[in-house]
Amino acid sequence: MAELGKIVKKVRSKNAGPFWLTIDIFCNSKSDYQHICSHLKTQQIAAVFSLDITTIKRFNIASLNVVKFSFPRPFVQGSIHDPDMHGASWAALLAEVEIDDLAGGN
Amino acid sequence: MIRVLVPSGALGLNYDKAALQTALDMNPDVIAIDGGSTDSGPAYLGQGVSKYSRQSTKVEWAGLMQARAQLNVPLIIGSAGTCGSDSAVNWMLEITKEIAGELGQKLKIAVLRSQQKAPDLVAAYNEGRIQPLPHAPEIDAQTFAQCSNIVALAGAEQISAALNTGADIIIAGRTTDTAIISALPLMKNCHAGAAWHGAKIGECGALCATNPQSGVIIVDFDNHGFSVTPTAKSSSATPQTVSAHMLYENSDPYILHEPGGYLDVSNALYQALDERSVRVTGSKWVPQPPYTLKLEGARICGYQSVSFALLRERRYVNNASQWAADVKRKCAEKVIERLAVSTSEFDIQLRLIGHSASFGELETRKNHDSVELGILAIVTANTQQLANEIAKILNPYLLHHPLTKAEEQPTFAFPFSPAEIERGAIYEFCLNHVLVVEYPMQAFSLEVTTCG
Repeated sequence: MAELGKIVKKVRSKNAGPFWLTIDIFCNSKSDYQHICSHLKTQQIAAVFSLDITTIKRFNIASLNVVKFSFPRPFVQGSIHDPDMHGASWAALLAEVEIDDLAGGN
Repeated sequence: MIRVLVPSGALGLNYDKAALQTALDMNPDVIAIDGGSTDSGPAYLGQGVSKYSRQSTKVEWAGLMQARAQLNVPLIIGSAGTCGSDSAVNWMLEITKEIAGELGQKLKIAVLRSQQKAPDLVAAYNEGRIQPLPHAPEIDAQTFAQCSNIVALAGAEQISAALNTGADIIIAGRTTDTAIISALPLMKNCHAGAAWHGAKIGECGALCATNPQSGVIIVDFDNHGFSVTPTAKSSSATPQTVSAHMLYENSDPYILHEPGGYLDVSNALYQALDERSVRVTGSKWVPQPPYTLKLEGARICGYQSVSFALLRERRYVNNASQWAADVKRKCAEKVIERLAVSTSEFDIQLRLIGHSASFGELETRKNHDSVELGILAIVTANTQQLANEIAKILNPYLLHHPLTKAEEQPTFAFPFSPAEIERGAIYEFCLNHVLVVEYPMQAFSLEVTTCG
């Protein structure tokens, strides 16, 4: 197992308007992208952010070697419990998720 | 062909002067820059003020006004003053007139206003013309009057109307990020898909290229597609950097909704023209009636007083969650007892910086050792007076609360005196809806003024 953030080029998150958060996972190569596509489950995203899985939009973007997730913000932007106005820090939580490493799923 | 110069992602973020001159030497037909966003939170819309420094805005805007005069082409700012409310538009107009006076420029200025009146929106709501977008908050007819400011996002049609006045400078209230760039290409019958796609790629300036800080880009539009070129020497656009920009702040990387329809880039083709420029074709604009305008509204949701303290003693650092929960419970009990208020009238948060302040309950690494922890105490209440009172009742706990009754009274570190910082009114976004209108200018006003 390996941390997602250590086996991809970058994990980035940002507001997509005040009510949605979007996270982009940039992979280093086509083979890494295919590995992430098949080993990073949408269910893991739901678990990390405590979401109803049906609210998550997933895009596997082969042309960019990017896997993208969009979902309602954990807290509406600027609401009194929101810890992060711009939504950029949430990427760190996903970057620390453990997935099968690139060597081959052991 | 229509050539659009975008100096940077937002007025206030600065631009590279040499790159701007290079772009001016390419004879653009229009200069367009965004002035705002919801990205910094609801207070700017709630208060109707700009996020950026007035002087930074003035210095950068003066540079663009001189650039405009050099070429005698229109200069457009959209979402003026961060939020695009009438007050923010007036602020931008005042700065513009001040600069014109200092530079001796004679100007025709078109002012497009996006601010909405609550009674109009109540009527629209009752007619079923206000519809929720995905994950919209619940609203009712009272919501509109509760907002201190509501704006509708103008699209290309409203910017076109402003351009048609022949104005030298257009100061627009809230607009979509793309509309200020797409308007002129659409007026000149460039490919509609390319006009919107090129506008989306260009809306953050050089963020679609390798050196985002350089700011300045040129976007060329024609009957088949568009091409994008950053003009700073250090910056280049590649098919990768350009196509990746569709990901940025977009919940869907292929579809972008705009007034009147949507952009679909599923079949777009990105090709390198040379080492610095990218050509894009295959983008599609899909008209979609009825004509809708996105609304943004902010209202006061409480008043805050905050305090900050530090835990450094190892045993307290290691037991901070338990300590904070105990402080919060004891303080809440005393507030209810002494102020005769109910739990629904106030909120006390103790965010443990260095422990779980970023993600709260979702944090997965709470057990890691920290040298010290910051305690960010946030009190929210229905009035400022109540928030202040509660923060002062909280203070002795933050200063002296022991982990156990058996130990000597501890004293924790406070960096400030007074310990409490009054935050004033706190705003929340309360609309994620669209307004259906019969014609594009229905929710906007356009006036032309001269100066100098």
